[in-house]
Amino acid sequence: MTTKNTAPILEKLTNSRLFYPLLALGIILLLDTIFIPDFFSIQIRNGDLYGRVIDIMRNASTVMVLALGMTLVIATGGIDLSVGGVMAIAASVAAIMMNPVIVGMELPADLMKFMNDPNFTYSPLWEVIIVSLIVALICGAWNGFLVAYMKIQPMVGTLILMIAGRGIAQLITNGVRIQIFYKPYAFLGQGWIILPISLYLAIILFVLIWMLTRKTSIGMFIESVGINPKASFYSGISEKKIKMLAYMICGLCAGIAGLIASSNIKTSDANNIGLTIELDAILAVVIGGTSMAGGRFSLLASLIGALVIQAITTSMYALGVPAFALQAVKGFVVIFVIFLYAEPVRQVFRKLTVKKAEKA
Amino acid sequence: MKEKKTDSLLIEMRGITKVFPGVKALDNVDFCLKYGEIHALLGGNGAGKSTLIKVLTGVEKPDSGRIFLTGNEVTIRSPRHAQEMGISTVYQEVNLCPNLSVAENILIGRQPMKHGRIDWKELNSQASGILKRILGIDIDVTLLLGTYSVAIQQMVAIARALEIESAKVLILDEPTSSLTTTETEQLFTVMRKLKKENVGIIFITHFLDQVYQVADQITVIRNGKLICSSETASLTKMELIVKMIGRTITDLDDMVKIKEKTARKIGKDSVLHAKDFGRTDWIEPMDLDLHSREVLGLAGLVGSGRTETALLLFGVDSPDSGTLEIGGKNVTKFSPTNSIHQGVALSPEDRKAAGIIDDLTVRENIILALQAGQGWIKHLSAKKQEQIAQKFIDLLEISTPSTDQLVRNLSGGNQQKVILARWLAINPRVLILDEPTRGIDVGTKAEIQKLVLSLADEGKAIVFISSELEEVMRCSHRITVLSDKEKIAEYSGQVEERVILETMAGSGA
Repeated sequence: MTTKNTAPILEKLTNSRLFYPLLALGIILLLDTIFIPDFFSIQIRNGDLYGRVIDIMRNASTVMVLALGMTLVIATGGIDLSVGGVMAIAASVAAIMMNPVIVGMELPADLMKFMNDPNFTYSPLWEVIIVSLIVALICGAWNGFLVAYMKIQPMVGTLILMIAGRGIAQLITNGVRIQIFYKPYAFLGQGWIILPISLYLAIILFVLIWMLTRKTSIGMFIESVGINPKASFYSGISEKKIKMLAYMICGLCAGIAGLIASSNIKTSDANNIGLTIELDAILAVVIGGTSMAGGRFSLLASLIGALVIQAITTSMYALGVPAFALQAVKGFVVIFVIFLYAEPVRQVFRKLTVKKAEKA
Repeated sequence: MKEKKTDSLLIEMRGITKVFPGVKALDNVDFCLKYGEIHALLGGNGAGKSTLIKVLTGVEKPDSGRIFLTGNEVTIRSPRHAQEMGISTVYQEVNLCPNLSVAENILIGRQPMKHGRIDWKELNSQASGILKRILGIDIDVTLLLGTYSVAIQQMVAIARALEIESAKVLILDEPTSSLTTTETEQLFTVMRKLKKENVGIIFITHFLDQVYQVADQITVIRNGKLICSSETASLTKMELIVKMIGRTITDLDDMVKIKEKTARKIGKDSVLHAKDFGRTDWIEPMDLDLHSREVLGLAGLVGSGRTETALLLFGVDSPDSGTLEIGGKNVTKFSPTNSIHQGVALSPEDRKAAGIIDDLTVRENIILALQAGQGWIKHLSAKKQEQIAQKFIDLLEISTPSTDQLVRNLSGGNQQKVILARWLAINPRVLILDEPTRGIDVGTKAEIQKLVLSLADEGKAIVFISSELEEVMRCSHRITVLSDKEKIAEYSGQVEERVILETMAGSGA
């Protein structure tokens, strides 16, 4: 009887969407425990948790947030290259609203002296957040408009904001890197309540998007459009609206990621915020097992994918890989991880589990 | 297996077994092909024909069994390897590149070269020569393949397979399902010619008449097992059908009875009323009426405008002339979504491209249109979805291990039933069925035909489209004949097949 029970469980395990992302994460963490002493050690300071593992989660949160939106876009059969650019735009909007002096706006003299005060902001925080997120949402809608309604190929359509985004961001701040002094804003990226605030943000966003896609029919419609747009259209699904929605959510996610990133470095650095991060976000989705051709997706798997990427980076630093060699070494590790997804390797795993099941 | 390998056998497959997760697709199957033989391979959907062919062409590796080619044991590593050994295939679904020209499709991988570059002039003239010589069709080979009809694409696929010089074995997987009678005749001429040249041909089809026209030998597979292999002459059609479906058909008479019964109940008011309804360069304006409990057949040749009519009625495109009333209300917005709201459903001609969503589960495929009609907020609960899916799996006898099976793993006939289920789930007033039995085995075909009549009996109005006239006549209360994108006649009551054929032919001239 036991054989009959264990076989499906093992089979279910290897067939699960989360198996390979978790396996990749597991292998990297395993290597870390072997080669890096105290990798898993966690210190408690003022009731908050600190340590390398916490660092991984905190630093991964930006890519996690991006990966959520990117998953939906990729599931529709598209891609969004502009997330880094949109991050920069959102960061610039936020910075200028809190600290508009740089642009040469005429401010009352008594306000001027507060500009470096960590308790001062020109616009209230909620206004800052809402306006910059609305701008990000508009950026997403622009991408969606190009891809869904103008029928421009996603890679080309989103390339526009990828390139122009940073330029727009600099126009917003008049070409200046604005320092952000306002303390409460820094809380987004640097705050800590037992765990880093940015991690909570990523998780809350995950739950919201998960509910939006899986507790309504949107998730199924997105998958349907990604697999067969024509048949979906014939079944009464509006391909255009679904794609529009996916790009808008992706834009919104990029906006949130932009706020976290700028809060983290306390400046609106339009040239460097989220530079090449779109590739990490796409890679996170791929490691999460969503096909680049569109179709079935798993948000949770993409989150794990983001953790895998950050775990690799953090491990490299911990191992003392010099910064200039980091990209190359990271590349090799990523290749190794992607090997896990190759069909021949998967077959080995399947056979292994079947054998184990038979023995049991 | 005691037999010695004789040289007269071109292909000898022994004890082939292939297991897919949950299904034994082939169970110890033997198959032999002689030189210069046209060998029909028959069986229902999911019987294992396609798997056997995939094993022979190197797409799938058998779990056990041996393959001999001209007496030598071979291991076929890949489709390319099979081709190199002289085994060429034309698959059921045209798998060419619609974005390349016809000429490129025919000669891809074998393009004539000049100074290290492709010689386009030579390529085009070779390709059009091949089409003329082998198939006797004359088309512009520089146009993109996608601009031609499915029938032409099928011919191109055949030309491509035949063009491989060393082809000893030609496998035709349902080559005629989208060809007209003349085109089919042309194909048979080619097949007979190749036969004289000692090529062995494996011919897979659902049209039994065609089997008796060309095949020398018949092999029947059912549920992955070899049922029989015998000469065509020694097997009557009735015996053959019984072997294929494993039971006797006694219910053809039932069809007639149901039809007569429903004919009496046809409603007076039209559920669908089209006047001067048409679209430029698509379909000429026509009048069409459809009553509840009625099956209206659309007859015509390939390209006569049957599908175009269906697509226009379903709102895939907007008409630019005339009016359409559904249930007495004038339709102003044309889109599939709107049609769903009005209770109009379309099961499209091309099951793979426009019907199934192959990576979604059976359950999701079935509830898709219902859910799309309700919008994304009114989400059907998992339990409700399961109930609906299970209801239609039982009703239509869809064979699937579970509601969570991906549709891609089902056979063609079952996929077709899933699409039917998708539309029945919205409980439509008007059901348009475009080639619902295409590429489906005899048994399932009869089932679907019966289903059409019983749906009409329940009160639905049905538009039934098929390229098999016999089928249209059997199922329909009334028949509209189309030719050259125009409605040319309408018949109700008892009509002779000859009359309709003459109508179709008469206007074509």
